[in-house]
Amino acid sequence: MLRDITIGQYYSVQSKIHQMDPRFKIIASMLYLISLFLVNQIIAYTAVLIFIGSVIKLSKVPINYILKGLKPVFMLIIFAFLINVFLTSGTGDPIFKFGFVTIYLEGVERAFFMAIRLVLLIIGTSLLTLTTSPIELTDGIEYLLSPFKKIGLPAHELAMMMTIALRFIPTLLEETDKIMKAQMARGADFESGNLMNRAKALIPLLVPLFISAFRRADELAMAMEARCYRGGEGRTRLNVLRYSSLDLYGLFVMVLYLAVCIIL
Amino acid sequence: MIKTEGLFFKYDDEKDENKYALKNINLNIVDGEFVVIIGHNGSGKSTLSKLFNGIYYPTDGKIYIDGLDTSDESQIWEIRKRAGMVFQNPDNQLVATIVEEDVAFGPENLGLPSEEIRARVDEALESVKMSAFKRKPPHHLSGGQKQRVAIAGILAMKPRCIIFDEPTAMLDPSGRKEVMQTIAHLNKDEKMTIVHITHFMDEAVEADRILVMDEGEIVLEGKPKEVFSQVEKLKEIGLDVPQVTLLSFELNQMGYAVNKENLTVDELVENLCQLK
Repeated sequence: MLRDITIGQYYSVQSKIHQMDPRFKIIASMLYLISLFLVNQIIAYTAVLIFIGSVIKLSKVPINYILKGLKPVFMLIIFAFLINVFLTSGTGDPIFKFGFVTIYLEGVERAFFMAIRLVLLIIGTSLLTLTTSPIELTDGIEYLLSPFKKIGLPAHELAMMMTIALRFIPTLLEETDKIMKAQMARGADFESGNLMNRAKALIPLLVPLFISAFRRADELAMAMEARCYRGGEGRTRLNVLRYSSLDLYGLFVMVLYLAVCIIL
Repeated sequence: MIKTEGLFFKYDDEKDENKYALKNINLNIVDGEFVVIIGHNGSGKSTLSKLFNGIYYPTDGKIYIDGLDTSDESQIWEIRKRAGMVFQNPDNQLVATIVEEDVAFGPENLGLPSEEIRARVDEALESVKMSAFKRKPPHHLSGGQKQRVAIAGILAMKPRCIIFDEPTAMLDPSGRKEVMQTIAHLNKDEKMTIVHITHFMDEAVEADRILVMDEGEIVLEGKPKEVFSQVEKLKEIGLDVPQVTLLSFELNQMGYAVNKENLTVDELVENLCQLK
């Protein structure tokens, strides 16, 4: 079960969106996030909906799959909605009044937009990770950050750290599973008791896990050095990122979209 | 290819002044040779392999890899390029999340152009018969497959010699077989110099030469038959002998005219059939 975990929930299909350059996709997602905070009218929201809808259609990721990703944040959205409904004061007459609870029309309107904004925000960012494999994503980040190397930002090292973390998450999960089973075989109890007891039960799990992680790090460092790794300096890549005409079209659509958002 | 002269080595954190991990090692491994180093835990065999790759520096004496002195720091990357190293734990030597990206790691570090890296990666994966898995993440592979990917990662750097530091110790029997076949293929078909460190005696049978280490010294050296026929000496330092050789030895001791140097089942059968 643990072996099948995918990080960042990459959805592997061939589509126009998948084939775009990760750098472009990262920048486009950022612009999209900004655009969400520019719009505050119903027509503008329809424009955003049409835009993100067509991107989803192009990406060939099933809409249900994307909506499933909203589940964990569902409570947060409800919470934000309610806070806005109850705490916004309006100028007109309240539409509902009971004891200390008063609800104004502006409150409902604002809450509604806030909720939509949050949903669109999450859909937009998850589209990035759904259509971009972790490797492309780290590559894209490395390229995008490399101009900042001059001011001392370790772009290559950050990307390398991300790659190694992604590489070792399944390995460490497997190991956790193994240690847990070994402890359970000797009578350890991870499931019963109150929160405090359960947290305490995790200590004998975490200590061996950390020790082994450090040992792994040591061995990995040795193996990397033995394969001539000496930092990002003078390193080349197997797959070099190249912009294609797809990214040009993407750019064109993005500019159009932003213009619409600003005008409305 | 690999030459050591009066090699001594002591770990930095070793308090005992006279306790050396390696004592007076003099070796000369020639091009294309398949050398197996055996010894039990703590005999210094792994330490020796790490000295070959410039991970440790000798306390005294010299090591030359392809004529290059390992204690010369300016040559260290050239040495590591020429003498690749495969480690024990397959999980802890794979860096990338996709097989072909991992094989590309070495050549990428050498700063080769992309087309050259692509060609080397494909060639290396072909050589270890892992081409079908090139887009797979390493954690979906078996131990033997991971170890073959690690070997491909070294091959892609085009070394002249590969040092294997107990590559089969953590594998199941079928994984061991895969890795041993790969090593044999590299030595026979690609004429690669191989130094294989192990504690499995049966893996040493096919070697050109066996070095037996104990307490940081080379105590026995020679062709497999010469080494394994010295059953008593091997037992004295706590090492096993391949079962066939042991059986031949015991039969010989009991007074039958059986050759003590039998290494394979076929040889022993042949030998027994000729007995009157």
